[in-house]
Amino acid sequence: MHPVRKKRLITISAILVIIGAAVGLMLYALQQNINLFYSPSQIAEGEAPDNVMLRVGGMVVENSVKRDSQTLAVQFEVTDFAHKVTIQYKGILPDLFREGQGIVAQGKLNQDNVLIAQEVLAKHDEKYMPPEIAEALDKAKQKTESN
Amino acid sequence: MLPEIGHFSLILSLFFAAALSIVPILGYVKKHKVLMAYSVPLTHVTSILVLLSFIVLAYSFVTDDFSILYVSQHSNSLLPTPFKFSAVWGGHEGSLLLWVLILCGWASSVAYKGKTLPQDIRALVLATLGLVTTGFLSFLLFTSSPFIRLLPDTPVEGADLNPLLQDIGLIIHPPMLYMGYVGFSVAFAFAIAALISGNLNSSWARWARPWTSVSWAFLTLGIGLGSWWAYYELGWGGWWFWDPVENASFMPWLAGTALIHSLAVTEKRGVFKSWTVLLAIFTFSLSLLGTFLVRSGVLTSVHAFAADPTRGVFILALLFLFVGGSLILYAMRAADVKSEVSFGVTGREAGLLLNNIVLVTLALTVLIGTLSPLIYKALDIATISVGAPYFNFVFSLIGLPLMIIMAVGPLLRWNRTKLDTLIKQLLLPLVLAAVLTGITLIWQKFEWITLVSLFVAYWVLLLTLIDWMAKLGSSSSEWWAKARKLPRNYYGMLIAHLGMAVSLVGILFVSVQSQEEMVRMSQNDSVTLSGYEFVFKGVSKVQGPNYVSDMATISIFEEGRQIATLYPEKRIYKARTQMMTEASIDAGLFRDLYISLGEQLEGDTWGLRVHVKPFVRWIWLGGILMTFGGLLSALDKRYRKVAGARI
Repeated sequence: MHPVRKKRLITISAILVIIGAAVGLMLYALQQNINLFYSPSQIAEGEAPDNVMLRVGGMVVENSVKRDSQTLAVQFEVTDFAHKVTIQYKGILPDLFREGQGIVAQGKLNQDNVLIAQEVLAKHDEKYMPPEIAEALDKAKQKTESN
Repeated sequence: MLPEIGHFSLILSLFFAAALSIVPILGYVKKHKVLMAYSVPLTHVTSILVLLSFIVLAYSFVTDDFSILYVSQHSNSLLPTPFKFSAVWGGHEGSLLLWVLILCGWASSVAYKGKTLPQDIRALVLATLGLVTTGFLSFLLFTSSPFIRLLPDTPVEGADLNPLLQDIGLIIHPPMLYMGYVGFSVAFAFAIAALISGNLNSSWARWARPWTSVSWAFLTLGIGLGSWWAYYELGWGGWWFWDPVENASFMPWLAGTALIHSLAVTEKRGVFKSWTVLLAIFTFSLSLLGTFLVRSGVLTSVHAFAADPTRGVFILALLFLFVGGSLILYAMRAADVKSEVSFGVTGREAGLLLNNIVLVTLALTVLIGTLSPLIYKALDIATISVGAPYFNFVFSLIGLPLMIIMAVGPLLRWNRTKLDTLIKQLLLPLVLAAVLTGITLIWQKFEWITLVSLFVAYWVLLLTLIDWMAKLGSSSSEWWAKARKLPRNYYGMLIAHLGMAVSLVGILFVSVQSQEEMVRMSQNDSVTLSGYEFVFKGVSKVQGPNYVSDMATISIFEEGRQIATLYPEKRIYKARTQMMTEASIDAGLFRDLYISLGEQLEGDTWGLRVHVKPFVRWIWLGGILMTFGGLLSALDKRYRKVAGARI
């Protein structure tokens, strides 16, 4: 083989190997770190797996927020107006967390279908409804209407 | 009356921008010198008109003209004046106007500075910029005009600026970020001009280089400011969240970093020509994609302010038009380009090629992570989010080789490097870095990956310094003269690389050594973190100009001695009745003490978030160094001389 061509071949195969490895790594990492979103209805119907990192979103149910008197532990319910999910969290809730507001919580479900949250997210803008929640509410509404 | 003038001026500017994108091209096709020369005045007139309408909008904000819908939505008479001004870009319409204004600013600078360019190239560059301006001006006018009036029912009071945006960081962050984002349009325009004219020799790389470096410097500064703002304003103590909006600015940064390096090779060695053109297109496309992601509201983000999805369609169409058009042009022309020079695997070219591969891979990583929720959604598979662990994992694995390339690369010679000399050069810093890592290890415990990264960071620091000292030679009498003789380009690179290493050190310490605790505290309760004792002294009410606040007082002791008092706040902004956490920080070069106030739990008991963040300032310090390096290398005398010689 011509030396220039040989060099070119080596360069190109090296590049391909690097890119292949990088893409493989990327896809592996992506696979491990995708958090699926579930609505309270999906959780009530048992669609969500236990002990896997996932996200739940909905409106915080009025008068459902209970705080521990000694620690920062807090428990509340979110709803898509068809079903409710109980969420437990230990820490400081975001500024826009309020009863009746839409929130998203990330964590793992335990055997009793209670979400042990590691993170509770509320949005910057109170006019704004996270699209997942808007959609979940929409689906739940359609379901109750068709029933 | 005034807002109508602003609006009219904007409409007029659209016509001039449209003329700018047509007339010089006509001139180019017909080889008509006068038509091509029109590109300069057309650029300036467009810019002046856009500037006029921007001034009108800013004036309307400062004078509380709530008859304008946009003003009434984003301002309030109680808002302090500097914030009234920055509220101009506090919402979608205004920030888009700022986008276009900055684009015009870049175009006018090219028109002004480009006197030494060949006339046809200048005409093509300005026409391309004119086309981009036309696209964005029509987007602005047809979907999101900031001058829509509320007449005759003028509200007496405005809805106020989102409290998160009422901050000095947010006055300067968007303009800096846009300067960078939009600045890549210049490199893009040069690439397009090179493709159209078929004049793909290395001169286009020389013309595009300083512009790209300056844009990159601004983008670096903008991202740094954004990160700093998020750190102190969001109250979470984090400095980067892998949020889609952050990623939107980070992708062009990664691609732009690759572009700077590949432009250097193309200019100096005449290789990678077609790749560099493609990268210029790619970088600007990522800027456009970023604009689309931020402005369309398709992604869930902590930054997601209420957005209108119909706008997304328009900007998506623009995106396809520019990216598709330039890629077709590229496909038609790039085949003609051949690099005449070959290079060896041990040469600097190969090092820079690796740099490009890694940086583009990183940009791709961010792209996939950011877009996969959209793709899953579009294919109706599921609603997902991609967590920070994905990005952290890939970056810690791929970022490390990049740092090694960065350390070794500058020592390589063009075409071929003698390996034994290279190894000699690498060895001493390697040993010193190992010693430094050992010293750090005595002081603190680390995971192995952090340890390796820290070692590499030290190595980069030492290599860069030693390379510089070697260039100065051993005799101390000529030291100063030699130091001054080295080109600014070289110093720019040196400083930017040092900045990268400094940022890396900061990132590593913060991610590994940070201490955080969320605590429940009543008056005189205390908590100890990393040897600092935080004593909660209670909360009092404070009245601000447009908010009321609960302000906590926390005294901090180190070894029994009081070193600081912090006042974190919980503010309620009246106009929106929106609650806001205002963190309080005792900043230092080696550590920040950071406290934010949570909710009032009962009586005088509050939730508090207390952080000790070692070396966090280094992250932004490195960013400042990189910015400075980018600007310095753009000021290299070579660009002026060579450009001048071409007349």
